[in-house]
Amino acid sequence: MATVEERAESGGRGVSEAMLRGFFREMLLIRRFEEKVEDRFRAGELPGFLHVAIGQEATATGVCAALAREDVIASTHRAHGHAIAKGTPVERIMAELYGKVEGCSKGYGGSMHLYDVEVGNLGANAVVGGGLPGIVGAALAFKMRGEKRVAVAFFGDGATNTGTFHESMNLAQLWTVPAIFVLENNGWAESTPASQQLPLPVEELGKRAAAYGMKLIEADGQDVEAVYLATLAAREHALAGKGPVLLHLRTHRLTGHFVGDPQVYRDKDELKEERETKDPIRLLGARLEIGEDEFSTIDGELTAEVEAAVEFAKAGTDPKPEDALKYVYA
Amino acid sequence: MPELTYREAVRDALGKALREDDSVFIMGEDIAEMGGSMAVTQGLLDEFGPTRVRNTPISEMAIVGSGIGAAIQGMRPIVEIMYEDFLTISMEQLVNQAAKHRTMSGGQISVPLTIRTQGGAGWSPGAQHAQQLEAWFVHVPGLKVVFASTPEDARGLLWSAIYDDNPTVFFEHRTLYSIKGEVSDELQPIPLGKARIHREGSDVTVVATGRLVHESLQAAEEAEKDGISVEVVDPRTLLPLDEQTIVESVKKTARCVTAHEAVTRGGFGAELAAVIQHAAFDWLDAPIERVGAAFAPLAFAPGMEQWAVPHADDVLEAIRRTVARG
Repeated sequence: MATVEERAESGGRGVSEAMLRGFFREMLLIRRFEEKVEDRFRAGELPGFLHVAIGQEATATGVCAALAREDVIASTHRAHGHAIAKGTPVERIMAELYGKVEGCSKGYGGSMHLYDVEVGNLGANAVVGGGLPGIVGAALAFKMRGEKRVAVAFFGDGATNTGTFHESMNLAQLWTVPAIFVLENNGWAESTPASQQLPLPVEELGKRAAAYGMKLIEADGQDVEAVYLATLAAREHALAGKGPVLLHLRTHRLTGHFVGDPQVYRDKDELKEERETKDPIRLLGARLEIGEDEFSTIDGELTAEVEAAVEFAKAGTDPKPEDALKYVYA
Repeated sequence: MPELTYREAVRDALGKALREDDSVFIMGEDIAEMGGSMAVTQGLLDEFGPTRVRNTPISEMAIVGSGIGAAIQGMRPIVEIMYEDFLTISMEQLVNQAAKHRTMSGGQISVPLTIRTQGGAGWSPGAQHAQQLEAWFVHVPGLKVVFASTPEDARGLLWSAIYDDNPTVFFEHRTLYSIKGEVSDELQPIPLGKARIHREGSDVTVVATGRLVHESLQAAEEAEKDGISVEVVDPRTLLPLDEQTIVESVKKTARCVTAHEAVTRGGFGAELAAVIQHAAFDWLDAPIERVGAAFAPLAFAPGMEQWAVPHADDVLEAIRRTVARG
């Protein structure tokens, strides 16, 4: 197994403890946010349906930490973590889930369509693979105008079987645009395991980059430092004009596909083991030797922040029903 | 006034936009050296170079989708989908992405993308190179839909489509590329959502699009010989629709025929008929007649193809049916 530095081709750069502690805090914020929305959904307060990213916090935090504010992302149906990590305040995301005007999409989007253009979030997408071609176009615009920015698409292993994935990878490499394709490989396409939807072993899914002659960088998606360094390397590659990168992050969905998913398709013991050995927050906490007292202090602050977000959202403004027509046309 | 072919008129608008505006670029299959399968973009590569006149792989989802992404970043891309039959491959990007980003984002994002495409029967291409699918797109909130029938309209409407901040599907008709028409010296933008009255008349209104505008004008000449005065209106923009001009015309004539090359069932004529009967019910003296293609995938053999799609004779018969109602 290569070292983090080798895998990430980062030239051996280290990540300071202060930065790792910052990552820990953000990942725990995402976790507490996700747990809270599960709770509020079950209480019947949230319309629609939700996909939470419990277990995948390190990919969101590690990738977005390596991006500049002016870099753009396209997210997926499992979007809350990406939105938090790219810089949208949790109360605006929570308000969106409650369908309020104060939400990051003003109540028009919901969980699967979180947008925040100011911080470079071009939107979460409810169509698997739907956001990838747009990221190629954004990267093309940056390249044509000579701007030092990258465009980043998040997607899962299931999306690598869609036509848009193949067309986007092909076009991005052909035109050597500064795009990063972030493959959050959790080994599940909703309820269908890798063995039933991928012709390659799940760990080898990065090989798909070779078909397009694209640069592949891989990292352990449960190791936030590795993800961060790998993204830095990918960004450098793209900004140097060398073309796009497939950033393959092996991660683990430690929960159901959607909130309320009974996961009848999943082995209970395996899931239990994954929860014990693959939790990225627990792994980082152990590495940083965060003790019980310190953890409770941080956790207390983040829990209060999420609780405040709920209060903010509940006190928010309901959109006027007839405003459903407001943004159909520019 | 100078004359241009329909093909030259489209090219003229593209060239002017590329010349005047760095944010404009065009991409599509075979549009560079070859100049497009319909020769519309001939010469543009030489003038503007391969960065702004881009050949693409055969990837309709990525062509439309990357156009969307560039448009969101402030460019004004014009993408060409070689045949409108192939638009079906890019439907997800058009319908779920381009049309919805603005609403889903609560107005944070606009998509100033133009999608040029063409289709139409009359040269025996078979069932997958000649459909008229414009009605599909009229059903999608967030898109605009244009169908130009003359050189001047093609030029002026394309310009407005390029500078509209919404995703616009711009339909051209395969058999109209070589028709000639007078155009103004300088490009005159034609606002989207304005119908054109091609011919005034007092007995029957024919609302026609694309090739059927020309067939309807021919039918109107024939009808005139029988003493029937026909008004021919081309909506030009199907979405948004200039309901006022159309309804006023029908209130004047009290009879209406809709005419398009697409199949009649579920076609744009159905929408026109619904709008007109609701707004002008008390003025109508006869049921609205719809003219369109037979409900079948287009057959290859010229005899079958020509039988299936409508011509001036079909419009004339429909005109006569409405008049016969007294």
